[in-house]
Amino acid sequence: MDLGYLSVLLFNGLVNGAFYALLSLGLAIIFGVMRVVNFAHGAFYMLGAFAAYLLLQQAGIPFWPALLIAPLAVGLGGAVCERLLLRRLYTLDPLYSFLLTFGLTIFIQDAMRLRFGIQGQPYPLPGELASSVSLGLVSYPAYRLFVIAFSLAVCVAVWYVIERTRLGMVVRAATERTELTRALGIDVDRWITGVFAFGIALAALAGVLAAPMRNVSPLMGSELIILTFAVVVIGGLGSIAGAVAAGFLAGLLASVGAIFDPAIENVIVFALMAVILLVRPAGLFGSQEAA
Amino acid sequence: MKRSHLILLAVGIVLALALPRILYSALALRIISWALFAVSVDLLLGYGGMLSFGHAAFWGGGGYAAALLAKTFQLPFPIAVLGGTIVAMALAAPIGYLAIRRRGIYFAMVTLAFAQMLFYLVNEWRDVTGGENGVQAVPKLLLPGLSVSRTADFYYAALPLVVVGFLLAYRIVHSPFGHVLVSIRENESRAQALGYATWRYKLVAFVLSGGLAGLAGSVFAIGNSFASLDLLHWTTSGSVVLMTVLGGMGTLWGSAVGAAIVLLLEDQLSSFTDASGVVTGAILVAIVIFFRRGLWPTLSDLVRRTASSPGGA
Repeated sequence: MDLGYLSVLLFNGLVNGAFYALLSLGLAIIFGVMRVVNFAHGAFYMLGAFAAYLLLQQAGIPFWPALLIAPLAVGLGGAVCERLLLRRLYTLDPLYSFLLTFGLTIFIQDAMRLRFGIQGQPYPLPGELASSVSLGLVSYPAYRLFVIAFSLAVCVAVWYVIERTRLGMVVRAATERTELTRALGIDVDRWITGVFAFGIALAALAGVLAAPMRNVSPLMGSELIILTFAVVVIGGLGSIAGAVAAGFLAGLLASVGAIFDPAIENVIVFALMAVILLVRPAGLFGSQEAA
Repeated sequence: MKRSHLILLAVGIVLALALPRILYSALALRIISWALFAVSVDLLLGYGGMLSFGHAAFWGGGGYAAALLAKTFQLPFPIAVLGGTIVAMALAAPIGYLAIRRRGIYFAMVTLAFAQMLFYLVNEWRDVTGGENGVQAVPKLLLPGLSVSRTADFYYAALPLVVVGFLLAYRIVHSPFGHVLVSIRENESRAQALGYATWRYKLVAFVLSGGLAGLAGSVFAIGNSFASLDLLHWTTSGSVVLMTVLGGMGTLWGSAVGAAIVLLLEDQLSSFTDASGVVTGAILVAIVIFFRRGLWPTLSDLVRRTASSPGGA
């Protein structure tokens, strides 16, 4: 085992962790405000990648503008879903919205499969980041480094907005004391739609980031969403920072596990979830109340 | 058993006996196995209030175990099915133990995640499970040396096992144990205050439900002579929940009806598309929004109202 190989593995873990973190961050925000566990998060991630792919194929719009346009477009779609469908379920057990978004997932996946087939579509690396960067011991693809840095920056920005700004204060208030917030004259419903759209946009953003690394295919989000659920159980859905930390932790741990046996890379996240359930059922950063 | 239940059971059995004549036998076999699978989910969801989104683990775990037993040791299928059921219960015990530490939506996520873990493990354990090729050419023996290889024959040979599974589920929900389960669904803290160790009831319900799912999956896998990763996929867990919700939670019969409807629909769709999720997904969305009661409660209300109104309707 040489150090170069080890550091490549660790960076790969951070890249995977970046995707887990972006996805579980979106899940945590949506859950925090709406008490909805969005099963369709993986499907929206896939739609984000497809949006980038279509922007390039149909309109010749390259990666950088797509990084902004695709999440906006998919987030808008999310807002429509919230207004038309999820809105009707808020007074019910969260299990119903879980079922609804599951139905939505298989609908979206199979609709995309009908249109684009099961085969993955390649998406080119943005030219500026197509090279490799030397990290002393080894060289590493520049694009992957960008993914790590960019998603970290997004996570920190989101955390800052929610914990430290007036906007975030309103969102948190709407989460914790819906009626009271309403009584203070704040239109909670409008915020809910916005927050859902934002969570979806984060998923789509992860999808755009994934497009140049993984083939764009209708099923690309299908296994990722389950892993993200495990991450969310590990971190506890209640906290923004927890979702992000658990995401990177899971990514790193899976890579380290792969050193011993590549076959267990996928399994190790679930094993960690089992351990967490045994010793701290509410999750690493969760409050007991949320259990 | 109440008289109305006996009549229903008789109708159900007659219908099950006639099924391979009405449809083709492979579809009939699919219907009775999935019906029992959906009943196992209903036992947990409709009576215990626990939404397992990972029942593919027990359906598939049982199916793989039964297929491997039947193939490796050339065992008669009823014994292999029994083996599959036991393996499914053995899987359900630790998964259930961990999953019931969380409630509601977390419970759903945790079961889903563990089922996916099993999916990966079976995929990786190629020497035994065949990886992506699955376990193929599983023999269908009724007795050593006596094969029931025609699907129609196998259907009638396996039907008693499925009926036994259904009766077990019926017995469980109508027992004192089942009533405690319902009280936990309604108000767990109150059940605890009454002195019930609720986690023990939940765990036993989970293991029993897993066993029934394993029984169903074993029959399904041997009937198809094939155990594949599809059995363990999360869409399988979702489909069976769809069936239960469509049929109406907490009715057992509804689950069986829901399974039949979904499978008939998929069978029709399969002739012109392989993306049937467009339809089943849309149906699930529509049910959750407009039709949460499900078919069975709606129908039985209708029957009751018709019967009680003078002169009928």
